[in-house]
Amino acid sequence: MTSGGKAAAKRLLWHAGAILLLVVVLYPVFWMISSSFKDSRSIIGDLDLLPAPPTTRNYATAAEGVGGISVWRLFGNSLLLAVVSVAGTVISSAPAAYAFARVRFRGRGALFALMISTLLLPFHVLIIPQYIVFQRLDLIDTYVPLLVGKFLAVEAFFVFLLVQFMRTLPHELDESATIDGAGHARIFWNIVLPLSRPALITTSIFTFIWTWNDFFGPLIYLSTPDTYPLPLALQLYIDQTEATDYGALIAMSMLALLPVLLFFLVFQRFLIEGVSTSGIKG
Amino acid sequence: MTRTRHGDAGAGLLFLTPWLLGMLLLTIGPMLASLYLSFTDYNLFDAPEWIGLENYRRMFDDPRYLQSVRVTGGYVALAVPLKMLAALGVALLLNQPRRGQGLYRSAFYAPSLIGASVSLSLVWKSIFSDGAIVDRGLGAIGLHTGGWVGRPQWSLPMLVLLAAWQFGGPMVIFLAGLKQIPAELYEAAAVDGAGPWRRFRAVTLPMLSPVIFFNLLLEIIGAFQVFTSAFVIATGVGGGGGPAGSTLVYTVYLYDKGFSDFRMGYASAMAWMLVLGVGLITALLFRTSRVWVHYAGEKP
Repeated sequence: MTSGGKAAAKRLLWHAGAILLLVVVLYPVFWMISSSFKDSRSIIGDLDLLPAPPTTRNYATAAEGVGGISVWRLFGNSLLLAVVSVAGTVISSAPAAYAFARVRFRGRGALFALMISTLLLPFHVLIIPQYIVFQRLDLIDTYVPLLVGKFLAVEAFFVFLLVQFMRTLPHELDESATIDGAGHARIFWNIVLPLSRPALITTSIFTFIWTWNDFFGPLIYLSTPDTYPLPLALQLYIDQTEATDYGALIAMSMLALLPVLLFFLVFQRFLIEGVSTSGIKG
Repeated sequence: MTRTRHGDAGAGLLFLTPWLLGMLLLTIGPMLASLYLSFTDYNLFDAPEWIGLENYRRMFDDPRYLQSVRVTGGYVALAVPLKMLAALGVALLLNQPRRGQGLYRSAFYAPSLIGASVSLSLVWKSIFSDGAIVDRGLGAIGLHTGGWVGRPQWSLPMLVLLAAWQFGGPMVIFLAGLKQIPAELYEAAAVDGAGPWRRFRAVTLPMLSPVIFFNLLLEIIGAFQVFTSAFVIATGVGGGGGPAGSTLVYTVYLYDKGFSDFRMGYASAMAWMLVLGVGLITALLFRTSRVWVHYAGEKP
């Protein structure tokens, strides 16, 4: 065999191996998509990946929602929480990151270390007092406990990600702006913020996906099904209907993941970049 | 110019205001409060009653608590190495100048984005139930395990596999680390006659050790806090802890104590034990890192 032929064979083998592995790894995703189009009674035992014949009845049932609440209402709840969370996170994290990355002041190092240390802190040590305070303020069963932290930059990962990015911007930019008489507010708004767009996009997408998938927060704070986001409603649905309509359950799971999958397809480059540079996990 | 050179506390603190408020009101304040509560008996309605170390002492007499520690320990000990090995293995496979490499990387990363959701927990439960693919597939090669969902000896491994399935996050970080290793090192090793295994042991592993350390730290801390998958998968199977309490992870028990029984003092003490445990393991990891983590500039 020629060396060129050998290289081609190796290349083919590599692709075959990678694709085979990918099929195994992504099997649960294929399973979910295909099962959502199968007859509800035959899902578990049916190993075929192609539904025969495909049916959209599961989606029709899922659209009716849970306990009289339509799926669109639940979708809207999830969307509201996610969009407000993105806004809050960006509004609060970007200025904090600017201070850590571009403003010199006494105590910056210590505060930065404090922020990094909260990355490693299990949040369970915070939730009980937080719950008690929100209960005293009569804010249980509202979205306030789920959102207020986003406006106070509590997700240190995003501050860190933005700091890492802003540090790489050339310092000459703010120096010449300072000579022109610009203060920090203008440097932040006119120079650093526009240049930080890629990191801001990454932050927004991760915030959206994490909020969209969040289960624990809504579980402890929300008690009226009308206000549930999709994951919590799904859990309620599992409790109520597992035995009766499996297909609808899978279809609803699919609907609950759809925005995440779409975001992934559109923005995967930003997501991978964000993970590579900051160590954020999905 | 002068302002950026000589420090600007006013501007710095102004930009940090939201973050500082969050730090004080939502992190440091609650930490102190939960530390205080952990020494009290408190049910959310009556005033907290000081009982000293009683909550901490009770844990050691609480069989469900001890069960949750055992389950979580087993989960961390299995899930972290498995996930790390999968991440490193696939990263090594993908770290080659091949067409479509970025596409493969994205596809392998996808499970990390969806794996912690309620939806995926439900899917996982389905493919591991009686008569579904895992049961039938293993049966076909002579391993008759039955479905894994309702069986105490298999329900935890099922959760471990769901964790390992999300290897894409650390894999992407490994890939970024692998790209940083200078090609000259491999060339020099090859000139010295080192085969692939020697090159891996003598070049890749030491050069990658800071990234291994970073991933290991984050994965361990994350694994101790697993909640959604254990909670959702156990729904309808043996109550809160799964069959025979086999998936009663720490945070699920903490949730039961704090938010079902409203034993806020006890739950706070549990939370502090978790911080202590995770802190201890983190410290230990940093300690051992001096031996096995090599930073650039040092001799491998």
